[in-house]
Amino acid sequence: MATDTLSNHEDHAHEHDHHDTAGTKIFGFWIYLMSDLVIFGSLFATYAVLLGGTAGGPSGADIFALDLILVSTFLLLVSSFTYGMAVLAMNADQVDKVKKWLVITFLLGAGFIGIEVYEFQHLIHEGFGPDRSAFLSAFFTLVGTHGLHVTFGLIWIAVMLIQLQQKGLTDMTRPRIMCLSLFWHFLDIIWICVFSFVYLMGVL
Amino acid sequence: MSGHASHEEHSHGSVKSYVMGLILSLVLTIIPFGIVMTGALGTLATALIIVATAVAQLLVQLVLFMHMNTKADEGWNFMSFVFTISILVLVIGGSVWIMYNLHQNMMIG
Repeated sequence: MATDTLSNHEDHAHEHDHHDTAGTKIFGFWIYLMSDLVIFGSLFATYAVLLGGTAGGPSGADIFALDLILVSTFLLLVSSFTYGMAVLAMNADQVDKVKKWLVITFLLGAGFIGIEVYEFQHLIHEGFGPDRSAFLSAFFTLVGTHGLHVTFGLIWIAVMLIQLQQKGLTDMTRPRIMCLSLFWHFLDIIWICVFSFVYLMGVL
Repeated sequence: MSGHASHEEHSHGSVKSYVMGLILSLVLTIIPFGIVMTGALGTLATALIIVATAVAQLLVQLVLFMHMNTKADEGWNFMSFVFTISILVLVIGGSVWIMYNLHQNMMIG
């Protein structure tokens, strides 16, 4: 996989593959994810602090529909797995399989976003929008920020499908698929915290 | 992760590790949802199980899906993660602690 272009920037000749530009890109993306983690951490802290501020409105136990959340959780968990399958297909140089798994991942992610949009729209329709109370502001900000991330992940998957169509698996597209892999699994990790600490703890 | 040892480059996992990750994360999701939705246990026990399964599932995702380890990039991946977690502990723990005391002492909303 190491080509002339990659080895031009190669300073650590004793290491393989992973200390080349591709490895640096992926590590840089990891650092971005860590900063994103701090953003989500701040939103979780805000939510925890404002949890009691319902201003006479509903609390979590009144409005959370756990069955819906369970379905969307399954969609996201399985999509994390299907993305992993795409990465394995990429390592085996099977571009068609990569595309197939990416399409499946996209559909699962789109299903997740569909459920979230329905939930938000339903809550706002009931009069429990983010303007109702501090609790709901924090809730919509935290869950909405995660949803926005997933939406951008979907756009990214679509872009990668187009690039795979045009360029195939190259030294340019491979690191991008790896970064997107980290991004997608990262969103799964954030969601685990959301469903555990917001939804499940919320209805206790 | 003994299953990864045979991989020569930076481990991107195998079908086995991904399937194992999927099964573990599904189980670790069903347990807390099941307990909360059936209301089988008391509040404290339920809360403890939610925290325990969440932490376990985070580790499953980090190790089996994101392949985080202490070896890749001379450990910088892992070190930056540890640094971020310590920042999070300060931010979340500190906020909750301070604001809880504020609420207690000022009796506001």
